[in-house]
Amino acid sequence: MSGKNFKMLSNPFNLQNPVTVQILGICSALAVTVKLKPAIVMGLSVIVVTAFSNLVISWMRNSIPPRIRIIVQLVVVATMVILVDQVLRAFVYDVSKQLSVYVGLIITNCIIMGRLEAFAMGNKPWPSFIDGIGNGIGYAVILIVVATVRELFGSGTLLGFKIVPQAFFDAGYVNNGMMIMPTMALILVGVIIWIQRSYFKQLNEKE
Amino acid sequence: MKSLRNFLDKKKPLFLPGGKLSKFGSTFGAFETFLFTPNHTSKTGSHIHDTIDLKRTMTVVIIALLPTLLFGSWNIGYQNGLAFGVERSIIENFIFGFLKVLPIMIVSYGVGLGIEFIVAQIRGHEVNEGFLVTGILIPLILPVNIPLWMVALATAFAVIFGKEIFGGTGYNVMNVALIARAFLFFAYPSEMSGDLVWVYDLAGNTPVDGFSGATPLAYAAQNASSEIASFKDMFLGLIPGSIGETSTLAVLIGAAVLIFTGIGSWKIMLATVLGTLFMGGICNLFPANEYMSIPAYTHLVMGGFAFGAVFMATDPVTASSTEKGKWIYGFMIGILVVLIRVFNPAYPEGMMLAILLMNVWAPLIDYFVIEGHVKRRLKRAKIKANA
Repeated sequence: MSGKNFKMLSNPFNLQNPVTVQILGICSALAVTVKLKPAIVMGLSVIVVTAFSNLVISWMRNSIPPRIRIIVQLVVVATMVILVDQVLRAFVYDVSKQLSVYVGLIITNCIIMGRLEAFAMGNKPWPSFIDGIGNGIGYAVILIVVATVRELFGSGTLLGFKIVPQAFFDAGYVNNGMMIMPTMALILVGVIIWIQRSYFKQLNEKE
Repeated sequence: MKSLRNFLDKKKPLFLPGGKLSKFGSTFGAFETFLFTPNHTSKTGSHIHDTIDLKRTMTVVIIALLPTLLFGSWNIGYQNGLAFGVERSIIENFIFGFLKVLPIMIVSYGVGLGIEFIVAQIRGHEVNEGFLVTGILIPLILPVNIPLWMVALATAFAVIFGKEIFGGTGYNVMNVALIARAFLFFAYPSEMSGDLVWVYDLAGNTPVDGFSGATPLAYAAQNASSEIASFKDMFLGLIPGSIGETSTLAVLIGAAVLIFTGIGSWKIMLATVLGTLFMGGICNLFPANEYMSIPAYTHLVMGGFAFGAVFMATDPVTASSTEKGKWIYGFMIGILVVLIRVFNPAYPEGMMLAILLMNVWAPLIDYFVIEGHVKRRLKRAKIKANA
């Protein structure tokens, strides 16, 4: 992989992160991060959908009439989402149930439309595919970090396994009910943005 | 006094820019101004200053809070005595309760001031006095059985996410002490609500027959209005509840201090009372259940209403600052309190949520009051110009 392509893969991981820098896809980041397992599955689904929609739209980009491009993009994204949804239902039914409408709502995830409009419409298929994977990973990473904190402190487990020892609970430790609520996910995303901005000064707006 | 001054003067160069300990300059400054009246003079702009600075304001509020703290301490002992059939004198009750409040206060001050000092050093700001009042408010609005680590966590959360990220004292959008309480309320509901948390040591022990530990609000929420304590008991505060909030009388003494010194806004307090009576009155007119038919004035002495109206709603940072806005702000708090109490069975007490919600609205109210004012003045100017 050339250096340019690698940059497209790694940029969304940090300096162009779709969630913490572009503030896209917040809604699902709050909704599916109570437990780690749904968050991982959601992250994977979004990676697949962004990558393949980017690929398909990039192939079609020269034949899409500009006036109706949004509806064409939506059709492609919706097709991908339905495919992913069917796969999830077939192989991980319980997780698919937990994710409920949020898999369907990937269609409206701003990250995907944003990448289609900003990247796939003007670039060749292979770079578009890489860009899709990169942005999907950027989204998935934030989801996994938030979900890890929320599940650990909200339920005392990780991926369903007990992590906080029983001795803690005997000593008076109580799971934090606030972590179960979407409020805390928003605060956690805010904390990630805070930490990221204080490390990478170039992210701060110039006054 | 003189030797202390000399000591400070001798150590001062260490903390000035270029000194060995200049990193801790604001810590030194905080202690110096705490011990002596600061002798700063203004170098530019306005040279007229009010003699009452932030530190003196905070001191007056703390004095106003003392009656609730003293009564609250006594009430802890009294309620514990009632629950387990122990006879104690007034002094013994007070000491019993005070020893329970003290650790909560120490934790709240320790954690809060610790964070304030650290943040001030990082930012190179002066250490602000804002936490002096918050640190005593937090213990007063918590149940006595609260574990200390929860107090520490909630205080840290409230100071960092309620205040410091907005820029520190004077920039917070919502009341910091109430954020601490709201955090605990949603994070650890089993420690913050129910019948067992309000009386010391009630959980896990069997009280004497007939003692349940339920607050009047809990009875009211269960539509058991006959069980609610008498108006006199609730006014004096002989009921279970958060540490400082039970006695309306003690709160009124504090209110008198605040109004007399001009630090608390009587408009907000009065408007809150009026709003509650208004909404309570509407409930009385259409009593669909027992809770709606209890007299409107009962709301004024139940739960944390009095404490919230006097010490929380009047917080000058988070309340509306226009005069007309204060009336609207207080009135809306009153209406919301009754709405939350009566119509939402999940939250027996509505004062905390009502004030937090109106804190968020306060800038909007101010905006419309000022816009309205500007429009009226413009209209007047136009009529004059036409005439």
